[in-house]
Amino acid sequence: MNQDRRSFLGHTGKLLVLTASAAVAWEHILAGRPEDAPNYTARDHWWGMAIDIEKCIGCGTCVRACKTENDVPHEDYMFRTWVERYVVDPADLDHPQVDSRNGGYDGFHEREVLDTRLKMFFVPKLCNHCAHSPCVQVCPVGATFESPDGVVLVDKTYCLGCRYCVQACPYGCRFIDPRTETVDKCSLCYHRITKGLTTACCETCPTGARTLADLKDPKDPIHAFLRDHKVQVLKPQMATGSKMYYNGLDGSVR
Amino acid sequence: MPGVEGFIYPNELELQWSVLIVLYPFITGLVAGAFILASLERVFNVQAVKPTYRLALLTALAFLLVAPLPLQLHLGHPERSLEMYLTPHTQSAMAMFGFVYLWYLMVVLVLEIWLDYRKDIVVKWRASSGVTRMMYGAMALWSDNISESALRLDDRIGRALTVIGIPSAFLLHGYVGFIFGSIKANPWWSTPLMPIVFLFSAIVSGIACILLLYFVTCWYRRIPVDMPCVDTIAKYLYYAFLVDFSLEMLDLIHRLYESDESFRALDFMVKTRLFTSQIVLQIILGTVVPLAILGVVQLVRFRREVRRVLYVVAGSLTLVGIFAMRWNVVIGGQLFSKSFLGYTSYKMAFATKEGLLPAIVLMVLPFVILWVLIRLLPPWGHETETARIHSRG
Repeated sequence: MNQDRRSFLGHTGKLLVLTASAAVAWEHILAGRPEDAPNYTARDHWWGMAIDIEKCIGCGTCVRACKTENDVPHEDYMFRTWVERYVVDPADLDHPQVDSRNGGYDGFHEREVLDTRLKMFFVPKLCNHCAHSPCVQVCPVGATFESPDGVVLVDKTYCLGCRYCVQACPYGCRFIDPRTETVDKCSLCYHRITKGLTTACCETCPTGARTLADLKDPKDPIHAFLRDHKVQVLKPQMATGSKMYYNGLDGSVR
Repeated sequence: MPGVEGFIYPNELELQWSVLIVLYPFITGLVAGAFILASLERVFNVQAVKPTYRLALLTALAFLLVAPLPLQLHLGHPERSLEMYLTPHTQSAMAMFGFVYLWYLMVVLVLEIWLDYRKDIVVKWRASSGVTRMMYGAMALWSDNISESALRLDDRIGRALTVIGIPSAFLLHGYVGFIFGSIKANPWWSTPLMPIVFLFSAIVSGIACILLLYFVTCWYRRIPVDMPCVDTIAKYLYYAFLVDFSLEMLDLIHRLYESDESFRALDFMVKTRLFTSQIVLQIILGTVVPLAILGVVQLVRFRREVRRVLYVVAGSLTLVGIFAMRWNVVIGGQLFSKSFLGYTSYKMAFATKEGLLPAIVLMVLPFVILWVLIRLLPPWGHETETARIHSRG
């Protein structure tokens, strides 16, 4: 009887191991191959972005371009990129007045600032494509990951929709796409940049406030930008290794 | 935007974790607490709590079986949840849930209960017929050796399991606290105290739950309550609660004194949106009042009828308080913007996937499972024990 039980357990164990590995292999086959980009070698690039607050006019073209290019739901609480307007009393950096109606999609209605002490500016935001991403760290299945070229991506065929990454992102860059029940965020237009194009937001920005940057390319203007300006990242205390470099970032910006 | 005050990042309007995620730490807390109470008798030989030993184990099992359900229901793709076992991301605190859970369920709880009940199962197997006989046979794994030496071995392994089980129970719930405590983006959660606060509140809730369940079972079986037993449980509840309360106050005082960048936003939130659930339910009704009751009972010798009422009141309020604490952590942690400039609100639906109705069902389900478990494996198998129950107070 003991012998029977042992062989039963043995068979069950083998069956479990085999079906589990078969399931993984089958899933791998189903996943298919990623889109081809024959002339692109990921390891030769390290992507980031230069954002010049002094050039941003809050027109919202980038937000519209992003929604169109990336098929982002047209809800006023789902954005891969958005623009915030800050009105700040320089003597009271702790209490800025901020608004971002519809994420800046429709641009901003003019706001008259009568008090001459106040300053007003726009801050474009998007995924910071952090080198030490808290969102990547917490994903239980590795569905969100850092690509070798420094872009934080989501495998939507693998995402559980547990939303832990949304909680872990300090910048509010992630949301759940109700159509797929998976997480969505800026992909830095990965489908474009791997083909030698720039992102939709950078492409359409009328003032050049946003510029895609390849930090591994010695000829990229990003190096001059970083050298010549006083550059800051958002929430540096989070130590996420953000690669969104802001020129003219005010101390009041969160 | 409706329900929004001040400025929040546009993507923050929707709360990500609903009432179901409130249930998850609440339920696992009851598991860990019930098990720790059970192990008092087994490992530390606290004879007074013996009448609740098996009840506590079965309660832990009933709740543990339900624990993953709210998570599963919450997932956008529950069919992919097996990936957490097959391709876990080892850096993720959440990825380890499956392993901690399985370890605790299979290795600790099921095995310990099986070893403890093996003799009863075999006796029932022998005495029954038909389907019942097959069922008990299967539960005994068709091994009917209940010789003296076999039972001694069972007991020895069971004791060793409990010794492993205590750190495992600590791990199970401390780990749940770590899931929240390790999120640096959220200052309401991010504190190294979180796992230990979760752990002690788990012990508190588990003990309170068993105390109440014991009263209910005595009433249902029409037997007198073993007063030394409930007195001892109440004493442990008081001690655990004191530690829990001290830790929570330490966290609060630390936040008040440090007053870092997030403090103003959190302080405002506690005084407005969380006032009822945090100040009224969690701190006053759910902590200070039961602590005061339990403390007074330690000092003043009330009649047993009075003590019984006081214990039921204190136990019930404790559970309300711990549930409110879970609510305040999970929901409260999502009400403020990570910009610290505004607040959103939580609107709970009723009959939706993550609404109030499934939450109520999930809270009732462990009691249904417990009822079935009690029918299958009566925790008061040794009826001689009830004979020795003293009615002296």
